[in-house]
Amino acid sequence: MGEFTVHRVRFFHYMPSGICAMAFNRRTERLAVARTDGSVELYSRTDHFFQEKVVPGRQQRSIQALCWVGKRLFGAGLSGEIAEFDLDNLRLKFSQDAYGGPIWSIVCNPQGTHLAAGCEDGTVKLFEILEDQIRFERNMGGQKGRIISLAWHSSGTKIAAGMIDMIKVFDLDSGNAVQRLLVERGSRMQQSQECVVWSVLFLSDIIVSGDSAGKVKMWDVNTGTLIKNHQVTEWDVLTLSVSQDETSLFAGTSEGTVVQFQLLDVVLGQEEKEWVRTRTFKNHTHDVIALAEADTVIISGGMDTQLVVRPLLDKLDFKSRDSSLLKILFPQRSLVSCAKKAGLLLFQYPTHLELWRLGDTEGHGPPGCILPVSRNPEKLLHLKIKGEDHVCCSAVAPCGEWIAYSTTSGIRLYRLQRDNKNVSITKVPKLPKVLRHAHQLCFSPDSSHLYGTTSSAVHVVALTSAGCKFEHSLKPKSGSTHPVRLLAVSSDGKFLASANSNSEIHIYNMHKLKAHCTVPVYRSGVSAMGIHPETNNLVIVHADHQIFEFSIEQMQYTDWSRRVQKEGLHHVWLERDTPVINVTFNPQNPNHVILHDSYMFCIIDQSLPLPDRKSQFHNQLTLKSLPEAERLKHSHAFKECKLYQPLLCVDMLENQSLVVVERPLLDITTNLPAPVRQKKFAT
Amino acid sequence: MVESSEVRVVRCGGSRINVAAPVISVDSRFLLCASGDLVKVFSTSTEEWVHVLQGHTNVVTGITLNPANQLQVYSSSADGTVRLWDFTDGILIKVQNAFQNAYPGLFTHHCPHFPPECLQLVAAHVPKTLEQEVEVRELSSVLPNISPNPRAVGFGREVRGWICLDTSCTFHLLFKLIYKSTKKGAKNTFTCVSCHPKDDCVATGHEDGKIRLWRNFNQKKEYTYTTLHWHHSVVNTLCFTPEGTTLLSGGIESVLVQWQYDRNSKYILPRLGGSITHISVSADGSLFTTSHSDNKITVIQSNLKVSAVIQGLVKGEAVHTDLVIDPRSKALVLNGKPGHLQFYSLQRDKQLYNLDIVQQEYIYQEGLDQYEVVKAAFDAHGSCLATVEERGKKLSDTEITLKFWDYNETAQSFVLNTTVMTPHDNRITSMCFFPTAETTMVVTTARDGCFKAWLLGQESDTEKQGTDGPSWSCDFVGRYHDLQPTNCCFSADGSLLAVSFQEVITIWNPETWELLTTLCQPPGNIKDLCFGRLSCSRYLLATTTKNMLCCWNLLTCSLEWSTSIAVTLLKADPLSENMAVFTLQKEQTDLFVFKPCEPRPLFTQNALCVGEVQRAIFVPREEPLDNCDESSLWLNRSQLYCLTENMVRFTARKHAVIDDSVAVTPFYLLLGKHRQREQEMCGLPVTEQQGRAQLPQGSVAVRELLHTAAHVLPPASFLCNMFVKSLLISQTGSEKEEEESEEEMDSCDAQQDRRVQGLGVETVPLISKAQERELKKVRRTDYSWLSCLSDS
Repeated sequence: MGEFTVHRVRFFHYMPSGICAMAFNRRTERLAVARTDGSVELYSRTDHFFQEKVVPGRQQRSIQALCWVGKRLFGAGLSGEIAEFDLDNLRLKFSQDAYGGPIWSIVCNPQGTHLAAGCEDGTVKLFEILEDQIRFERNMGGQKGRIISLAWHSSGTKIAAGMIDMIKVFDLDSGNAVQRLLVERGSRMQQSQECVVWSVLFLSDIIVSGDSAGKVKMWDVNTGTLIKNHQVTEWDVLTLSVSQDETSLFAGTSEGTVVQFQLLDVVLGQEEKEWVRTRTFKNHTHDVIALAEADTVIISGGMDTQLVVRPLLDKLDFKSRDSSLLKILFPQRSLVSCAKKAGLLLFQYPTHLELWRLGDTEGHGPPGCILPVSRNPEKLLHLKIKGEDHVCCSAVAPCGEWIAYSTTSGIRLYRLQRDNKNVSITKVPKLPKVLRHAHQLCFSPDSSHLYGTTSSAVHVVALTSAGCKFEHSLKPKSGSTHPVRLLAVSSDGKFLASANSNSEIHIYNMHKLKAHCTVPVYRSGVSAMGIHPETNNLVIVHADHQIFEFSIEQMQYTDWSRRVQKEGLHHVWLERDTPVINVTFNPQNPNHVILHDSYMFCIIDQSLPLPDRKSQFHNQLTLKSLPEAERLKHSHAFKECKLYQPLLCVDMLENQSLVVVERPLLDITTNLPAPVRQKKFAT
Repeated sequence: MVESSEVRVVRCGGSRINVAAPVISVDSRFLLCASGDLVKVFSTSTEEWVHVLQGHTNVVTGITLNPANQLQVYSSSADGTVRLWDFTDGILIKVQNAFQNAYPGLFTHHCPHFPPECLQLVAAHVPKTLEQEVEVRELSSVLPNISPNPRAVGFGREVRGWICLDTSCTFHLLFKLIYKSTKKGAKNTFTCVSCHPKDDCVATGHEDGKIRLWRNFNQKKEYTYTTLHWHHSVVNTLCFTPEGTTLLSGGIESVLVQWQYDRNSKYILPRLGGSITHISVSADGSLFTTSHSDNKITVIQSNLKVSAVIQGLVKGEAVHTDLVIDPRSKALVLNGKPGHLQFYSLQRDKQLYNLDIVQQEYIYQEGLDQYEVVKAAFDAHGSCLATVEERGKKLSDTEITLKFWDYNETAQSFVLNTTVMTPHDNRITSMCFFPTAETTMVVTTARDGCFKAWLLGQESDTEKQGTDGPSWSCDFVGRYHDLQPTNCCFSADGSLLAVSFQEVITIWNPETWELLTTLCQPPGNIKDLCFGRLSCSRYLLATTTKNMLCCWNLLTCSLEWSTSIAVTLLKADPLSENMAVFTLQKEQTDLFVFKPCEPRPLFTQNALCVGEVQRAIFVPREEPLDNCDESSLWLNRSQLYCLTENMVRFTARKHAVIDDSVAVTPFYLLLGKHRQREQEMCGLPVTEQQGRAQLPQGSVAVRELLHTAAHVLPPASFLCNMFVKSLLISQTGSEKEEEESEEEMDSCDAQQDRRVQGLGVETVPLISKAQERELKKVRRTDYSWLSCLSDS
């Protein structure tokens, strides 16, 4: 497996932000997740909840509700504006003020023609959805009391609005409130406190509400009477979600539990049915703010920043990767860029960048020991972002002299001068106009060029000590407009590979500045890729953990890749739940490919046979116990290391040392706000 | 044929009332519960025992109301019958003979093709006839391998489905006889099941304390469940109320939890005492009853208020305190609830009250080391009580407390007088009070090698201290050669104290604490020690671990007689000379009652019960009987109660039954020798003496050898030769014996007595063939006599 000097980095204080809204598009099977920092992430349900796109956040933007209308995603928040997200360019398309104060909720009608927004001033504002904008149509209601939650009846003629201490049902034809359902805190003691209807659902014949008294109430639509009252928690019921066939619904509470209700026969085989509280899932430590049901799974997210995908086992027939619980806590893209020559690390935070120089050691020791540090790691730079937009990508040149970052509003390039102790940076002026904002940034290995991608093209900027000069724009042959997720440059600087969110990979010849070839499209998204420094083979890892090796020069898959596809990968490898984030190579041993995901890094030795389906996958311990002669016979290509977790980045430096960036889970949980107080047994 | 009153062993009470779930009558006035082989009817309001349904010959396993007539009740028993009773009048209506082992409602029985621990679920079609005895032949096997726990079977709505739990932790649902199973992991093993009376919902209790409500179970995969979790350990029992609005559950915590069926709220009723084993609900849902592991049934109203408590004899894990009679209330006193002494009325089979000895809150949790009352003793008038409690399994962390209690007339209860922390450094092995009222003294012996005498202080002492009464203090510490004392016993007049130190019995003068003499009869440590009473007060009896029963004459300080017998218990009647001995042979206990001065047992009872008799006691009768029959004379003044392993209490009572044969037992034969010797001493002519010239007990040397304390004897090598010679019996004598025995098979007792007189303990290895045959014959007759008895 090889021995490395490992830089164990724990000074990247990455902090995810809480989930505040979620919307699942059943047609495209995409899940949109809004976080408290204003960013919106898109996950693909069909692709093992692979994070396809991220719309970076913005200061002061808070998203309270997300809503899919066809393939368009709308969001609204306390700024009082309704915005549409441009999912190709990963930015806001437009935003329009609703003039009703902060917006708590938006819903679209089942036909997809109108959008309703619940505002602070107590009105439900109806907007018509047009091609490129939305147009205000009319107001409903308008008395005191904010509208917290909205639900549209499937017929499209009625809207239920959850308010404080009541639910109003509006008729769309007349625009008047036809019913007023009073929601009270049950006990007399708490009657002075108001009861907020956090969430409301409009099923075909009942209205379901979840309120701050911890109750899930079922109301008759026609008579407006309370049918059933379930006390779910002592705290708040924050969110509700119903399955498409309206037989099961879920409630998310402040305690971090998700409670399932099912419409069941009271007596088997008879008509009478009843909503019965059935299962309780507790996967969160904090409030569950958003819930989405996607057929066989229930997705929940909340203040503890993790997205939990819980399979409903009664709807699954056999055990597979889909039938296990999935927790998504770490970003599925790299937030760390590494200057391999200079030994620098650039950490990307939403509002600032940090540049660190790695420590050094002169000690030597047996494997596993901790070497004394002769020079401590040093924070060279803390670069605050100008403007309100958050960073969407950043890069540091391998020589360590250039830093570039991009927000949705602009790219900035800095030149870094390092003397013995002083660090000075100068902003490089006059960046080319075409490169207004980039989805990915990357420097060439000799630090002479900066590559930036927009959704349509790769732009090449030549860097000199004097400044920068736009050289060329490379457009893919297919003309696809999907945003580029990943860039990879060969170490000789000849080839550049770009993978977009549609899992197309285009390879450009940077010497000739033209498109070289295209890798056949695989059904799953590209989660990581890298070009081998010697053979110029492109190693691609997909979200479903399939590994391909594509020879750029021969423009075909290599023999090893064909062997992998023929023999198939081991099921343990395929059942891993976090996607591979990065691919690097060991310059000492050209056969070694280093992959990592959030919980392990793995070295694939291409010279060794692939693991048999029946053989033991994690066999390092058994190998150690075997004598030398037998080891070779039992060893296979995959060697995993779980010593460092959770991982944000694993990279090889030029001096043969391995950089491991860890973010201990405990550091994240201690930085979260305190959860609601719960009585625990025996405390 | 002589008309006499026969002594019979009666199971008189104390049996567990928590075996099966009790049944409440429709009008909620009566509570029926299975108690041993009886069904007892209690009043739910007054807690009183109204009457009893008697007829089963083995333990009643379950009872259920007759659905057709609510004033009738079915009971099933391990004797294989199901009986139908009218419980208001206590009349047996019908007997159904069908099963080896039956549970009511749902009959389960042993399947011959399976190992006996496997029960089979069987549906029985009960024919409608008016006859008293019905044989049920139609049995349809429903499911093999069900759990033997009756709580593991539940009835569904309209008797369309049964739910039962398998021994292999499988959940079977029989819905129109279609079942499916769900395998579960080890931690959430099913423990009990209950079906909702109206909805299709099944509640199951689990080992991890969770309750699951299963629904939607007719579909292939989409069954679903709700989890209710309050219990922190095993859920023992579950019960839906008749309307199905609430679910009651109970576990080891002794807390009744009432769950609202369609809401997630619950009400709890804590501190019921003892873990809950059964819950049943009256037909109108207004009363609940919970059966507890401490042999108690609590009647609870539906607003969770305890309305009545029916307390049986508390069944602990072991009776550490021996059975003691409170001289004041004539109640039996023994371990009750953890940390308590229970006062139990034998006449009424009812617990009178509990005395909290430990005075600490008991926490119902497994694995906790709790205080236990291990010894209790009353003084002669019942005005003083001494108790010992201890905690800790290892010696290093044992905590022992000795407490002295005074009876307070105004409070009508015992009040703590003195607490002695760590009275001994090791476990206390025995404790006894001074038998007469003049001195209040307690002697305790412990494994730390000493015995201590505790005296109640004088009034004058306490006046100085200013306390409100005299307190107890240690008066004397005695030791003997660093040996561990095992037992202590005062003579009836209190003039002597016998303390046994392993093999040696020491006799002390309690006034001067002077060691008077030592008695020793190796081998074996002394197990029980007992002075004779009244006319036999010169005798001291002891049993040893090497199965010897020895009797010393205290006047001569020599062994009067001894016999080898596997004695488990030796008990003296406080009101007469009688002694009772329980022996264990072939897993059956035999009882012998004798006087130390007389060799012939007054009474013998073979096969008193199966298994060991753990504790026994003579209980004085309130009014002495006037009975002149020889065999039951010993019961005139007191009754003998004993406690067997499965905590069923037996008593020997008199029954006027014609009996013409008196049992002859090995013990009887053994004791015969003693009588022979007495006759010799009296100079009476012995008829058998000519036939057997070389009788061992005739040899003076042997007698001397056996009746002298071991430590004063010359070396064994010196005595051996003479001893062996003296034991030899001539061949001719035995042949004659054979003929004689053939002829006189039905000879009278006296003759038998004389013929087998040679079978002392010393000669056991040398029993001649004839004698062996004789013995066998005697045994045979004996058992036939016994079978007659049991038939009658």
